[in-house]
Amino acid sequence: MFDLSPAEWTAVELSLRVSIVATLVALPFGITIGWLLARKDFWGKIIVDGIVYLPLVLPPVVTGYLLLISFGRRGPIGAFLADYLGIVFSFRWTGAALSCGIMGFPLMVRPIRLAFEAIDRRLEDAAATLGAGDFRLFLTITLPLALPGVIAGAVMCFARALGEFGATITFVSNIPGETQTISAAIYTLLQVPGGEALAGRLVLVAVALALAALIVSEWFARRAGMRFQGE
Amino acid sequence: MSVLAVDVEKRLGEFTLAARFTASGGVTALFGPSGAGKTTIANMIAGLVAPERGSIAIDKSMLFDAATGIDVPPHRRRIGYVFQEGRLFPHLSVRKNLDYGRRMNGHAYDAKEFARIAQLLDVGHLLDRRPRALSGGERQRIAVGRALLTRPRLLLLDEPLASLDSARKDEILPYLVRLRDEARLPMVYVSHDAGELRQIATNVVRLDGGRVAATGGIELLD
Repeated sequence: MFDLSPAEWTAVELSLRVSIVATLVALPFGITIGWLLARKDFWGKIIVDGIVYLPLVLPPVVTGYLLLISFGRRGPIGAFLADYLGIVFSFRWTGAALSCGIMGFPLMVRPIRLAFEAIDRRLEDAAATLGAGDFRLFLTITLPLALPGVIAGAVMCFARALGEFGATITFVSNIPGETQTISAAIYTLLQVPGGEALAGRLVLVAVALALAALIVSEWFARRAGMRFQGE
Repeated sequence: MSVLAVDVEKRLGEFTLAARFTASGGVTALFGPSGAGKTTIANMIAGLVAPERGSIAIDKSMLFDAATGIDVPPHRRRIGYVFQEGRLFPHLSVRKNLDYGRRMNGHAYDAKEFARIAQLLDVGHLLDRRPRALSGGERQRIAVGRALLTRPRLLLLDEPLASLDSARKDEILPYLVRLRDEARLPMVYVSHDAGELRQIATNVVRLDGGRVAATGGIELLD
């Protein structure tokens, strides 16, 4: 269907890998933060709330810069992770996943938080009287009931990660096969005179992937929603 | 026979709840007009609402005692609770709703007990359905079964028939009477409906304005 060159396939494959890893790693954090913001009142909640949504309003290049100085090879967090855990972000695809995950995080947290807020707390009371302690109650009642929101959040994060450009290119540059995602590849092609035609194919791939993500999420949300409706 | 001893106090805005009573075997009715504090007392017994002062105990086991700071969390109280609106879990089948308490309490699956309860409440044919596919009366029967299968030491029923029309009420009451006569499980039955209570209650605690107005037999319902 898409007649792509090996280099273009590499960019597509890398984009998918980066986005999937970013989403999966962000998900436990997204569920935890979404739950905390929905259910708990704690000191500094407004600050946590602000930090979570910051990547949505900051210029992506600023987010990329902040990642570079903190998670870069010589940044305080980056140096620590590299020396003690062997995790290196700078100029690696893992760095691209990190920046994509952070850029997608606000879009992930929001639907998850709303889903937790919408749950009928009386069902949780009922579960408690049936013998469910806090953690098991969360796993058997709260999380399954919030599932449509969790799926929606994951898909939003994935789609945002797929389209990420500014923060990623600032943080880990634009290295073919390592950090050159679809967006970066399109950008590179457009730097060459007459590159529009070549870029067109990747643009089609990007559109197709985004549409597929939306359709899949809609399907999941409907399925999950249908199970609960009307009790 | 279990003896439930309740002595609780709590301010709720303008309203002060201060109630003291005991309940032994049989079905103890908490009877009174709406706003008398019946549901709040049931929630206190279950551990969902904390009193400000007083204590709640079953036999010698203290569930709540403000003086010593004891407050056993709801999931460790072993008290079954049937709510007015059923509160079945919408994402689980009827079978899994019924089995939920056993799983959470870590009891071994007891097929005979499951079958006995399913038969007692006549819900065997509903097991593979989702709660949304049930009638109101069926839902309440499942809610009763779900509470019973946790093997509680006390069963609380908060207006279990209030959301049903009178035909459905008459459909469910016989099951509850059967439960009273066969299960020998002490029950606390909250209702404002004297006619309903006459059929099921053995003792009556009459509440009015957050206080116990009278305790005695079903003659208090007249």
